[in-house]
Amino acid sequence: MEEKKVMIQLKNVVKFFGRHKVVKSINLDIYEGEFLTLLGPSGCGKTTTLRMIAGFEEATEGEIYLDDVNMEGKPPYARDVNTVFQNYALFPHMNVYDNIAFGLVEKKLPRAEIREKVLNALEMVQLEGFEKRKPSQMSGGQKQRVAIARALVNNPKVLLLDEPLGALDLKLRKQMQSELKHLQQKLGITFLYVTHDQEEALTMSDRIAIMNQGRIEQLGTAQDIYEHPVSKFVADFIGESNILEGYVTKTDDATISVRFEFGQLDGIAASEFVDEEMIYVSVRPEHVKYSQKPVKDFHLQGIIKEYIYAGSSIRMIAELPNSQEIILLCHPQDTLPATGTDIYLYWNPDKAVLLHTNEDKLYDLIEDAVLK
Amino acid sequence: MNTRRQKRYQKNTIPILSMVGPTGLWLLLFLAFPMVYVLAISVMTKSYYHGVEWVFSLESYKSLFQSRYLKITWDSLVLALKTSIICLVAAYPFAYILSKMRPAVKGFCLLLVMLPFWINGLIRLDGWANIIRDSGIINTFLLHIGIISKPLRMFKTDGAVLFGMVYTFLPFMILPLQTSISKIDPSLIEASRDLGCNKFRTFVRVILPLSAPGIFSGIIQVFIPSLGAFYISDIMGSNRLLLGNLIKNLFMSEKNWPAGAALSVLLIAFTLAALKLYSKIGSMDDLA
Ligand SMILES: Nc1ncnc2c1ncn2[C@@H]1O[C@H](COP(=O)(O)OP(=O)(O)O)[C@@H](O)[C@H]1O
Ligand SMILES: [Mg+2]
Repeated sequence: MEEKKVMIQLKNVVKFFGRHKVVKSINLDIYEGEFLTLLGPSGCGKTTTLRMIAGFEEATEGEIYLDDVNMEGKPPYARDVNTVFQNYALFPHMNVYDNIAFGLVEKKLPRAEIREKVLNALEMVQLEGFEKRKPSQMSGGQKQRVAIARALVNNPKVLLLDEPLGALDLKLRKQMQSELKHLQQKLGITFLYVTHDQEEALTMSDRIAIMNQGRIEQLGTAQDIYEHPVSKFVADFIGESNILEGYVTKTDDATISVRFEFGQLDGIAASEFVDEEMIYVSVRPEHVKYSQKPVKDFHLQGIIKEYIYAGSSIRMIAELPNSQEIILLCHPQDTLPATGTDIYLYWNPDKAVLLHTNEDKLYDLIEDAVLK
Repeated sequence: MNTRRQKRYQKNTIPILSMVGPTGLWLLLFLAFPMVYVLAISVMTKSYYHGVEWVFSLESYKSLFQSRYLKITWDSLVLALKTSIICLVAAYPFAYILSKMRPAVKGFCLLLVMLPFWINGLIRLDGWANIIRDSGIINTFLLHIGIISKPLRMFKTDGAVLFGMVYTFLPFMILPLQTSISKIDPSLIEASRDLGCNKFRTFVRVILPLSAPGIFSGIIQVFIPSLGAFYISDIMGSNRLLLGNLIKNLFMSEKNWPAGAALSVLLIAFTLAALKLYSKIGSMDDLA
């Protein structure tokens, strides 16, 4: 694989607001031309991270490099990045043309050149003919296009987007998602995108950084993260997971058993766990299967509690003896046993993810994963 | 149908009248009636004994074109304009700092701005007179330490009038400016910095234009009262007359009510023109 150029580098970035540690030692490399998304629940520090890169906030500790230049002490106007704000932040006293030309005017480009660039930018976001409009005369979607054009027209090294589609309705949001993605691919500009919407992140991003409580818990492609979550938080946050909590019993160096309150898994190939360690076993609903006869190595018995019909699929809810619910995805064509039937649950061992519960170990793993 | 509408009309008329009535009556009594009265006097004949004789005449309006009136009008306009501009320049930085304060501190500072209003303006100006007149605090002090050998002439000058005007009307500039600057969305300032503007350029390109409603409103609120104020130049000024003094004199000492009324009408016309201009500028942009 060719060597990719690092466009933004965060090194041990920490941010305190007063005594409140909001960002806790973030390390992150963002490559040139990449679409990277910071995804996490509200309040986890995404906006703060973005604002430190833009220069609106100063990192308390650590360094931020843009194209190999340390940004410390550089005001926003001296950084070659531009931001698309969630509330658009269009200048209400200027029309669309002047809004988009704002940065170019400040660079003192010749008028003709500004005009050409602004008109190109308008074409790019499909707003030809809107030059004279005031922001107050436009819809939310149109305003957001102007905000995107106003940022991109400066040809920044990185475009920072903070929940740019958050205020739009679902249909428009879907449409803008694909437009943004195409725009990014066409222009080849590095995008750092912030959202709390996992579906948005999964559909648009080259890589996703999952943030939780000021840390990056996992960094990887959508598929990576979906198939191999590194923590219970990620397994829970991205898609749907059945998570079982149990204790490890080592059989030998390469195999373990996991004991639950209500059953046991045997013969699992895993070496990174110690005896008596508490772990989570996480399985996606589409990977859980059932049988009406016992299954080798899987001692998990339950009863079918109910079926939920969801169009193209049926969700079976099975209840374990401790009344934990397990979700299974079934095909509507299958002949399904009646509710109340006893069943044995099993899955392809490759499809289950074993997760440490020990926080220290977890964060060691995360640091390793992020630093590598 | 018709009767029902009539019924509803009757049903609604009384409550509406009872709500609008007192306000309407108040406006009629204290606003419309005096205005009409002034307008009426302005088109009558002057009388040395009664101030006005109820015979129609446009003599008073013709008399306005006397060069002495024109000069006084001009002086007053210039002084009001100077007052407005000095107030604007003095108030802007203060209003800007105010708008950046935490709400509690801001409230306290605004209270300090308003506090002098609870003391009669004449008394406050008298206080200033004590400070700046020939035998006042400043001159006494400077004479005492020997910097000057004869008192500085500050009191009873045009400068003192201008100072008194600015002092009196400054809060009318600070308040609308402060409101207007506070309303600017902070993310607009961030957007400006993001797009390459330093603090100064952000001020010029974003903050100043977005505080235009406050600037216009402040200028109007200072300009209009300073055009008509007479007591400030009475106390602080030499014997240069301003519109306010002239109107007062025409009514009180010269007993030429029609001319006084005509000048008042002129003053009201200036005010309305200023307000018209303001609302026109306001509706040109959706700033406010
Ligand atoms: N200027 C600030 N002062 C104090 N606390 C702040 C400030 N900005 C954000 N925070 C706090 O920092 C945490 C992270 O905020 P933020 O980065 O906006 O999260 P996100 O964008 O992921 O929702 C929140 O708990 C928020 O209350
Ligand atoms: Mg946020």
